[in-house]
Amino acid sequence: MEQTMQEQPLTPLIELVDLYKIYQVGDEEVRANDGINLKIWKGEFVAIVGKSGSGKTTTMNIIGALDVPTSGKYILDGIDVSHMKDDQLAEVRNKMIGFVFQQYHLLPKLSVVENIELPLLYAGVKKKQRRERALAALEQVGIQNKWNNYPKQLSGGQQQRVSIARALAGDPSLILADEPTGALDSKTSTDVLEFLKKLHQEGNTIVLITHDNTVAMKAERVIGIFDGKIIFDGTAEEYEQFNHNHS
Amino acid sequence: MNIFQAFRLALKSIIANKMRSVLTMLGMIIGVGSVIMIMGLMQGVTNYFLESFAEMGINMLTVTVSSTGTRSVSEEEMFAITEENADIFEGVSPTVTSSFTLKNGSTSISSTVTGVSETYQNMNHLELSQGRFINYADIVNRQANCVVGTYIIKELFENNNVLGETISVDGESFTIVGIVEETADGEEGSADDCFYAAYTKIARKSFTGSIKNYTFAAHDSDMVEEAETILDNFLYEKFKDEDLYSISTLTALLEEVDSMTSVLGAVLGGIAGISLLVAGIGIMNIMLVSVTERTQEIGIRKSLGAKRKDILCQFIIEAGSISALGGLIGIIMGASLVIYLGSQFGVNASPTINSIIMSFSISVAIGIIFGYMPARKAAKLNPIDALRSD
Repeated sequence: MEQTMQEQPLTPLIELVDLYKIYQVGDEEVRANDGINLKIWKGEFVAIVGKSGSGKTTTMNIIGALDVPTSGKYILDGIDVSHMKDDQLAEVRNKMIGFVFQQYHLLPKLSVVENIELPLLYAGVKKKQRRERALAALEQVGIQNKWNNYPKQLSGGQQQRVSIARALAGDPSLILADEPTGALDSKTSTDVLEFLKKLHQEGNTIVLITHDNTVAMKAERVIGIFDGKIIFDGTAEEYEQFNHNHS
Repeated sequence: MNIFQAFRLALKSIIANKMRSVLTMLGMIIGVGSVIMIMGLMQGVTNYFLESFAEMGINMLTVTVSSTGTRSVSEEEMFAITEENADIFEGVSPTVTSSFTLKNGSTSISSTVTGVSETYQNMNHLELSQGRFINYADIVNRQANCVVGTYIIKELFENNNVLGETISVDGESFTIVGIVEETADGEEGSADDCFYAAYTKIARKSFTGSIKNYTFAAHDSDMVEEAETILDNFLYEKFKDEDLYSISTLTALLEEVDSMTSVLGAVLGGIAGISLLVAGIGIMNIMLVSVTERTQEIGIRKSLGAKRKDILCQFIIEAGSISALGGLIGIIMGASLVIYLGSQFGVNASPTINSIIMSFSISVAIGIIFGYMPARKAAKLNPIDALRSD
């Protein structure tokens, strides 16, 4: 795993070029993303941090192939995603991105293992293989004994682990975590962040979106967004300094 | 996402929302149930008519003639035409019917007496439980012998052992030589309320003069039309006037009944069809609610890589399954009702395979058609908006 990090490819995993996302709200033009340029390399652990309304969610939606930019380019692993249609985006999400949401977003009527199988189901993986891979992912997050439970029978931390397992099951190029600790108490938050760190050490690329500076500090690299623009890009240590200077 | 998976999910969702599912299915249950019931009962009633006609003899033709002084037809001529066309006609019997008072001692009833020839028994497939039918000798000799049904015996006698006993018909004693086998529980006005004697005897007794009525039997109901033509040609030759004779068959009546029941069936079926339409709209309504309620689920699925067709498929299959399940319950209920009502009305009614196949496919089709619109709405949802709805 270390090796892959060293032989860094020439093309980044994520490349945002002059990215604009402009919403029309009544007469007003809202520039949620106002000329964003960003490169994220394979194996990085990046936190995108910003206050509510800063445009970080819009950035996440675009990185997560949930939305397309008004103008500019988004290149994911060498593929231009910026002008894709609905179903093409769905395929990109399915094959390349594992989502971890704040509200876990597990389907309450499916068991834990069935939830984890969902991305594999849409990828057309056969039933037996689907089950094997889902159980393997569940083992990775350390709650394989809960495979047949339903989400509501689990604690918040456990549910978040299930959602991480679901993100891992499809073996994505990128794990995109949107406020993964937002609904958890501080101890469980620390557990989940430690776990993301561990995944990063195992070679996964992780992009974490948060409004919380202390959460952002757990990442290797921090990107600060304000008013749709990148105002900071550096290591966690540098970010601490940056915050100190601005407060 | 395969069909089986979608079907399993659909069933799960139906079970999870029992009350709502049952209410949604109710329209379909009632619609399909009434289609099955109506078609089954119509079939039963039609069969009942057909059977009764077959008993009455759909191969029979009745000829009524009004002889004038110069134009008439004799029994011999009628016998002759029958024999000439033996390949068509099974036989002919002059029939003379008249009302008389039947008496045994002090008990008396009024009944219709039918004067017939010896061929009448075979033509009408009359079975005798005792004795013999009117024979040629009775006819030639104008013998006062009679063959009676069980109703008459019950009314006039204390016991069933009546062969050789006499019945007084307007004062003249007729000897019972045969008893017709009971076919209708010996009820008044039924086939068991009968009194047969030689037509020659009855014609004289009722002062009929020449015979006015003849009953012809064709070998088969298919030959009735041909037989009618032969008789028509023959009688026209004799009378030179169509108003002096008439030929009636049960086939015409049968066709009447057939078209009546099919019109009735179409009308009732149309009403049931409207209830299926209403059921479909109900399903569409619930599916639209369901899509709104499950916006977040749709968002999650889409974020995990579900394509439009996956979501479309899921919701259509769900609508189809609810509809099909409702259809199945409707079929079971309709079928049980048909059988129950059939037995209550004494009609041999059973659900027809056609109506079952038809209503089941219609219910599935309605689910799919009316499920399509909500499903498309779901498939088109933007994953971001869908995820954010709480």
